[in-house]
Amino acid sequence: MLDAIIVMSGLALFLGGVLGYASIRFHVQGNALVEKIDAILPQTQCAQCGFPGCRPYAEAIAEGRADINQCPPGGDANIHKLADLLGVEFKSLNASHGEPKPKSVAFIDESTCIGCTLCLQACPVDAICGAPKQMHTIIAQECTGCELCIAPCPVDCIFMVPIQENISNWKWKQPAYLKGAA
Amino acid sequence: MRALHHFNGGVHPPEHKGESTLRPIQQPPLPDKLVIPLHQHIGNSAKPLVDAGDTVLKGQMIGKAEGYVSGAIHAPTSGKILSVGHEAVPHPSGLKDLCIVLEPDGLESWIDLQPIDHLNMDPSTLRNRLRDAGVVGLGGAVFPSFIKLNPGTGKRIRTLVLNGAECEPYITCDDMLMRERAREIIEGAAIMRHMLHAEEVMIGIEDNKPQAISAMREAAGQSMEVVAVPTIYPGGGAKQLIRVLTGIEVPAGERSTDLGVQCFNVATAASVYRAIRYGEPVLSRIVTVTGNVKNPGNFEALVGTQMAHLIDQAGPLEGSAGAIMGGPMMGFDLPSTAVPVVKATNCIIVKSDALFPEKPQPMPCIRCARCAESCPADLQPQELYWFAKAGNFGKAQEYALFDCIECGCCTYVCPSHIPLVQFYRYAKSEIWAQEREKKAADLARIRHDLRLERIEREKREKAERLAQKSAQAKTVEHSQPEQK
Repeated sequence: MLDAIIVMSGLALFLGGVLGYASIRFHVQGNALVEKIDAILPQTQCAQCGFPGCRPYAEAIAEGRADINQCPPGGDANIHKLADLLGVEFKSLNASHGEPKPKSVAFIDESTCIGCTLCLQACPVDAICGAPKQMHTIIAQECTGCELCIAPCPVDCIFMVPIQENISNWKWKQPAYLKGAA
Repeated sequence: MRALHHFNGGVHPPEHKGESTLRPIQQPPLPDKLVIPLHQHIGNSAKPLVDAGDTVLKGQMIGKAEGYVSGAIHAPTSGKILSVGHEAVPHPSGLKDLCIVLEPDGLESWIDLQPIDHLNMDPSTLRNRLRDAGVVGLGGAVFPSFIKLNPGTGKRIRTLVLNGAECEPYITCDDMLMRERAREIIEGAAIMRHMLHAEEVMIGIEDNKPQAISAMREAAGQSMEVVAVPTIYPGGGAKQLIRVLTGIEVPAGERSTDLGVQCFNVATAASVYRAIRYGEPVLSRIVTVTGNVKNPGNFEALVGTQMAHLIDQAGPLEGSAGAIMGGPMMGFDLPSTAVPVVKATNCIIVKSDALFPEKPQPMPCIRCARCAESCPADLQPQELYWFAKAGNFGKAQEYALFDCIECGCCTYVCPSHIPLVQFYRYAKSEIWAQEREKKAADLARIRHDLRLERIEREKREKAERLAQKSAQAKTVEHSQPEQK
């Protein structure tokens, strides 16, 4: 009787210790689901989804406050990925949040720019270089094409320029003449 | 006699090599205009060093290697720079790229050539000299050679393999080079052997080139071993040749360097020799012009020579319809022949309907697995095809898509005429594009997080300053009545 109690409580203590150690050792930082959703989102930080950036939108999806079809830059491809991840049905993009556009970067017409810094404050990724009363310019490699700098500009000197196909970003096309054949 | 190994698969397409080996290497007349692309190698484009209106000497560097993986570009002859801008280049897309346009003055006045005493120079300086001489792999991959001549700390290269297999149909530029300039190749190999401290040098040549084999054997003497390897396509693939010669199978995701073997094309060895012995940068290469022409042959063409100029030398025949750069298995259709010869141009095939009849309409895959039998990389092309076609790129990668060398054996044997390799190229470039996008997204995420952090910090600092100020004001208020 006593032996059994000792063995059982010893076992319980040992397993409790293992579980306690595992919960510290394998602790998941933050919300794993939010991270996974955030990894799929395109990080344009354009806020077209109605949330102030990609991460808040990811949090909203994880908590069920937002639908998966509110991200125009991600397009249908990203909605498919989100549907796969969350185990829900695919639904086409909600047009009220905007239409997918060709990938672009902003361009500042430097002869018109008055150096007001309003666009600098609007840029979510600090991709605009400039200072008060100094000409501003876009760091093209870091621009996500979110268009958030266009509205604040008082002299309308910012344009979106679609990214042209060149030798380094050119892609082989899927052979098209196999349509019908499998 | 060395016991040879073999790789699985491979095919025996008609060779068509005899036509272009009847004449010695010819020197085409100097063209009126040279268009020299700045991106002729794997890696970053060279940075232009000249402007329109400048006069340059033959061999002068006009494009500087930018970043580590890059190579320099030189003026192939003396003359005047007409422009620096976007011109048509030999690329399957037909897109333009940055080029320097040079008008030759016909004087061929050289820069001061400085031969390099490679035996008394430290390896790193020597590699930089090769980089500045624009020496890149002339077998077709145009990877900067100086990088491959740096085995890395702690690694040892035991075997240096020279690739003279030239397995692809129609192409004979390496064959002619070995026949006529075997000594240059052997001397170049000796320099490479010195740089890598390699114990042995093996030169693999397919047994359909007996003249090249005997010329190379004569030049090599006892110092290097010239091995006749069986003729089978793609026996000249680096991994395939290494396997045949040494029995070493390079595992997926590893390089032969890690296993103590380094492989160079024979033409690369010759250009290493010229760069070291005479200080000459890479200004020209041997180009096979063949197919539907009167006098197929090999030309020593300056880099930047319009391909149409070379085709004119060979005499195009009636019924010519377009051209291929490279061979019929791995080459691509040129958007036009008004594009320049680059360091990667080993062959120009003028097409005609008789030589290259239109391919029959593709039929459904019947899962016969002939492609798998022919695959020299031991892949399952039929599976890769399904995944690529379905856009399931992750799965294609699991099936080792990136071990595909795009040799085209699977397309060649497919009884349904499915353009399999095109699907793999498509899948690869989609995966690369996704990776670029992912990188850009990760950068944007980091920058956005940093920005939020900065705004938060600024807010906090402002609040602290305000709190400090009001605290100061309070102490002043409190202390003032006491003073009164």
